[in-house]
Amino acid sequence: MTPTLQLFLIISTALFSIGLLAALSRRHAIFILIGIELMLAAANLNFIAFWRFSPEPHQPTGVLVAIFSIAIAAAEAAVGLALVIAIYRHYHTTSVDKLDQLKG
Amino acid sequence: MNSVAFLLIAIITLAGALAAATLPRLIHAALSLVVAFVGVAASFFLLGAEFVGLVQVFVYVGAVAVLIVFTILLTRREVTGERGVNWGGAIVALAVFGGLLWTIFKTKSLALAAPQIEPLTVKRIGEALMTNYVWPLQCIGLVLTAALIGALVLVMEEKREER
Repeated sequence: MTPTLQLFLIISTALFSIGLLAALSRRHAIFILIGIELMLAAANLNFIAFWRFSPEPHQPTGVLVAIFSIAIAAAEAAVGLALVIAIYRHYHTTSVDKLDQLKG
Repeated sequence: MNSVAFLLIAIITLAGALAAATLPRLIHAALSLVVAFVGVAASFFLLGAEFVGLVQVFVYVGAVAVLIVFTILLTRREVTGERGVNWGGAIVALAVFGGLLWTIFKTKSLALAAPQIEPLTVKRIGEALMTNYVWPLQCIGLVLTAALIGALVLVMEEKREER
């Protein structure tokens, strides 16, 4: 039995749900970023799987979308982690529960 | 496609992701995230997108994971243990998982095998990037430059105020 598209979609669904779990249930800001990265990886897996199983895999559209998505994810990680460092310098905490002020 | 390889990759990826989401120590979670990313890259290789797998390894394992570890080191003073489990998040994640799984099993046309393809070479990807996708490529370059400058400004500004 070779893996079908369904199996890849199940794997990426599980990956997405684990990322959602990390983003929703952890209080540390870096854990939330880790969850977002997991969800983005699941989306990339979906793009590649749909490209591979599509009736026209000769067009590299899915691959290019995944490459652009990885670049956007890298930019997001850089800015997000810089924000975490800036918040830590200001409040001396990275727990998102304690960041409840609108005024610096 | 090899089903044994697929099973192995799936187990490694999901175990790494689950460890990254649930381990209490931040540094352990960051290293488990690397395992999950390597698993995702391996499944890209299995699907025949070798270039994307390599980019995944370079960008995520090489850059993003190191960035996360550096951030952990820079914000290390805090050692608060997380108290208890946030069951609300777990319930929402389980509900999303169940809903998506139900949709996948409901869709009959998804149970298809992969068609035979000629390997996707880097040359073809480069040709597509230089012809049809030139504008997205330039925009991505601009976004990355802006993000890097923005990250630098965010981290440097606080230092100037402290002086």
